[in-house]
Amino acid sequence: MANKTQGIPGITDLVDKIKSGEIWKELAKAVTDSQIWTSSFRHGYADTPRNRVLQIASNVWLHLHPVKISRHALRIRFTWCMGGITFLLFLSTVVTGIILMFYYRPVGEYAYFDMKYLQYDVPFGMLMRNMHRWAAHSMVITVWLHMFRVFLSGSYKPPREFNWVIGVFLVTFTLLLSFTGYLLPWDQLAMWAVTVGTNMARATPFLGHEGPFAEFVGVTQRYDARSVLIGGSIVGPPALLRFYVLHCIFIPLVAGALMIVHFWRIRKDGGISGPL
Amino acid sequence: MAEGEEKKAEGSAAKSKTDSKKKKKEESGDTLWSRRDFFSLAGWAGFMASLGLSGAFFTRLLFPRVLFEPSPVFKAGRPGDYTLGEVSTKWVKDQRVWIVREEAGIYAIFALCTHLGCTPKWLRTESKYKCPCHGSGFTMTGVNFEGPAPRALERLKISLGPDGLIQIDKSKKFLLEKGEWGKPGSILAV
Repeated sequence: MANKTQGIPGITDLVDKIKSGEIWKELAKAVTDSQIWTSSFRHGYADTPRNRVLQIASNVWLHLHPVKISRHALRIRFTWCMGGITFLLFLSTVVTGIILMFYYRPVGEYAYFDMKYLQYDVPFGMLMRNMHRWAAHSMVITVWLHMFRVFLSGSYKPPREFNWVIGVFLVTFTLLLSFTGYLLPWDQLAMWAVTVGTNMARATPFLGHEGPFAEFVGVTQRYDARSVLIGGSIVGPPALLRFYVLHCIFIPLVAGALMIVHFWRIRKDGGISGPL
Repeated sequence: MAEGEEKKAEGSAAKSKTDSKKKKKEESGDTLWSRRDFFSLAGWAGFMASLGLSGAFFTRLLFPRVLFEPSPVFKAGRPGDYTLGEVSTKWVKDQRVWIVREEAGIYAIFALCTHLGCTPKWLRTESKYKCPCHGSGFTMTGVNFEGPAPRALERLKISLGPDGLIQIDKSKKFLLEKGEWGKPGSILAV
């Protein structure tokens, strides 16, 4: 072995470096000294409390993360990580939902067949649709569990009461996302579920034509809370289009804005609530 | 009025250039609003008005003028087509409506169970409407008497058109619990 490699200059050094592991340190130095690296990560690895903060605070992606996490915040048996899991599931539905939008048309004639096409013909379409569906179902479950944990651990108490209220809105918008998405497959289950669901809007106080005080407002079956939801008097193509817009644009935007406030308030109210 | 204000504001500004802000404030108290207050208020009012108007436009936009749906109004033949004391089931399949003729006149019942919305069946031998889903029963006039249905069946607006044909409007309902069954339009006297 030694005889064979003696002919190539410097090869013995190289072999020694590989054997000793020195080569990795040199490669790492070459990478971390490069301009690309130093301009992306502007602070070195000097492990001081100040640098830890700066690494997070001076990076556009990491600055969303708290610069400091207390040890108790990592205790999974206390937080269940339910808020984080809910947000992860939300991100999954956003990604898979956008992928589904490349094929799905919210039109009465096409919607059902596009859904079937996605399932049975589009490569990985079944995977995307089912990921979207299960992530959505799971999100409804985890958001309730998150609320349950916050209730059990008393994390709704001041100064966190404002964030609890934001959270209640977020639960509502999660349910509305689920409900509006339920119509989009455009099958019998979807049609009748939304027929029953929107029939409840008939009984809205003041704004539903069968609700209390409707006679003072003057709403009719043609002009009331239900007809504005479904764009007519029956669950037809206009309802499909309206639910699609609500599902893909309006509710995610509002929920996203509320999530920003929700996460920001966690930090401002003293971080994730910890065990007593 | 706006001109007067402006003049006053200008005058006070020229006089009290070196005066403290406090004094300016006191002087502006003589006029109703300073020019700045006026324009600030006008700007905000304009902004809020345009926002409110846009909101109103958008709300109205959500209610289309034309609905591409089956018309809620249909013609149900002549009064002579219906036999006294009988329930006609000939419109149930297409229009979900029973037509009943009594001594007092003809009325239309919406064939939608008031429990959970199934279509009941007219059982002639037992003289009742029976819902196959959860067993609600209604008398021939539409009053609930058995099963889980909480309300009587709904009656629909009925009238006689100029062509001599019965016209039924499914968008206008008459409810027993609101005392509407005797109201004009709920029954067609023959």
